[in-house]
Amino acid sequence: MAVGLTLIFGVMRVVNFAHGDMMVWGMYVTFLLASRAGVDPYVAFGAAAAALFVLGLVVQRGLVDRVLDAPHEMQILLMLGVALILENTALLAFGPEPTRARSTLAAATIWLGPVFVDVARLIAFGVALALTAALWLFLFRTELGRLMRATADNTFGALVIGTDVRRVYAVAFGVGAACVGAAGALVAPILPWEPATGLSLSVASFNIVIIGGMGSLLGAFVGGLLVSVAESLGAVFLQPSLKELASFSLLILILLFRPAGLFGNGRDG
Amino acid sequence: MPNGAGSRLVSGHPPIAPASRPALQYLALAAVLVLLALPAVLTSYAVTVFILIFFYAFLGQAWNVVGGYAGQLSMGHAAFVGVGGYTAAMLSSELHLTPWLGMLVGGALAAVLGAVIGYLGFRFGLRGFYFVLLTVAFAEVCRILVSNIDALGGAIGLYITFTGDPRQFQFQDARAYYYVALALMLLATGVVALLERRRFGIYLGAIREDEGACEALGVDTFKYKMLAMIVSSFLTGVGGTFYAFYLFSLQPNSMFGIPLSVEIIIRPIVGGAGTLLGPILGSFILTPLGELSRLSLGHGGYHGLHLVAYGVLLVAVVLFLPQGAYPYLARVLRRRDA
Repeated sequence: MAVGLTLIFGVMRVVNFAHGDMMVWGMYVTFLLASRAGVDPYVAFGAAAAALFVLGLVVQRGLVDRVLDAPHEMQILLMLGVALILENTALLAFGPEPTRARSTLAAATIWLGPVFVDVARLIAFGVALALTAALWLFLFRTELGRLMRATADNTFGALVIGTDVRRVYAVAFGVGAACVGAAGALVAPILPWEPATGLSLSVASFNIVIIGGMGSLLGAFVGGLLVSVAESLGAVFLQPSLKELASFSLLILILLFRPAGLFGNGRDG
Repeated sequence: MPNGAGSRLVSGHPPIAPASRPALQYLALAAVLVLLALPAVLTSYAVTVFILIFFYAFLGQAWNVVGGYAGQLSMGHAAFVGVGGYTAAMLSSELHLTPWLGMLVGGALAAVLGAVIGYLGFRFGLRGFYFVLLTVAFAEVCRILVSNIDALGGAIGLYITFTGDPRQFQFQDARAYYYVALALMLLATGVVALLERRRFGIYLGAIREDEGACEALGVDTFKYKMLAMIVSSFLTGVGGTFYAFYLFSLQPNSMFGIPLSVEIIIRPIVGGAGTLLGPILGSFILTPLGELSRLSLGHGGYHGLHLVAYGVLLVAVVLFLPQGAYPYLARVLRRRDA
């Protein structure tokens, strides 16, 4: 999901505070399909991605488009408003109780060499890898992907060569949201969630993206690994409830000393 | 709207100084008098709503110093509420120090934390989103730490025994809280009104509008941003004491959490950040709205409705009234006068 955020930020330089809440909606779409129509979460993930693509497109076209030239603060506040709306409509629609999507696959575990692995986690990891790879192919091997990178690099230059920047923005936002939706569907059978989860997911993914470097795909991936390593180490050496402390401390250090992130391109957002 | 989405978070308009016009001065005086007399006729529920209006207006006003006037968007102000509240509560239960003094100690400690965050943020030149994240990260670190310190009650938090003793900041009569909250709001507004017209306030506005230009002109922007942060966090810390002793309980998630920070900033933003009356107006709009949706929809699981409404309002303000409601209102009123 950090990959989705990095795409939105990288291309548009808009900070999407509603990220975690979009992911939660991806989870609920999966949950609805699973509980009402009996679709397995791993099949529903395409639908969740599609639904979130549309949501992302609507939010971008209807709202973000209008404040693109405004200062960053305005965009942050706008997305904060969207986050509040998304989180609390989920609360109204589904109630505050934790939910979980059941998958017949998720119950299984297998021995992988010496370690005991959840099939669900394995699938999630595999699909996340595949998605990152697909996104990379999209960005580096297709025309639209090239235009997207061009826009991220130099919006004015892209305009000059005739890019439809607004369309690029819309697609970037949509694809970013779709990634999040897919991530939500993948995680749905593993983690129980509730509407308030969105906020902590947003914060966690900001950690990851900042640490890895804004607008860098590789950075998002490495950042994700780093954060989980830091949290595991924190859990081992301090105590489990202090594990988030490790990632937040890491975040503060990175913010102070390398605000562009480990793999960032050095430009200040 | 010509100055719609493209303009800044806070006003670029010439300062509206209502106090400079005698008519408005009398109006403000009258409003204060009405508020002073109001509890005599209000139901106890209405008194509660007014307490919340004043309290959030106070917090909003405190945030306004650094977030509105200086334009440094802090989203970690809950940390100061938490530090202030916990300090006063601990001093009261361990050292039997009255919260009336503990409040000041809490404010001072909050100001120290504010100074640390401000120093790091401003010295390392974090702007915009990076500053937002820094403040959020600090608030979260505080929340996690406090949840893990057993002496501070851990994740369960602290409870304050009710004695009803005014010396312990506890009152039998809810109306006493009403007057304390009103006093806090007026105090913070008074402080901001004083600052606004001095060099300090003018520098802050200039920093918000164009920091680079300020530096070029020789303004010590670091110093003024630090001062703004310290004033703001001190006031917020004082508010934390009120919050703790009004609710009789302190929980890390509600005292340090991001939702409280959002509650703090949304009122001045909607009302008009960087204006004297914006936070108050915002609180008078949003707090009753929140209470109303809570009341009318009751406990039937519609808990998030007021937050949906807040979200819609926030989006609407960003899109249509980026300077907030107060500057708009002031413009409309002035047009009618003319």
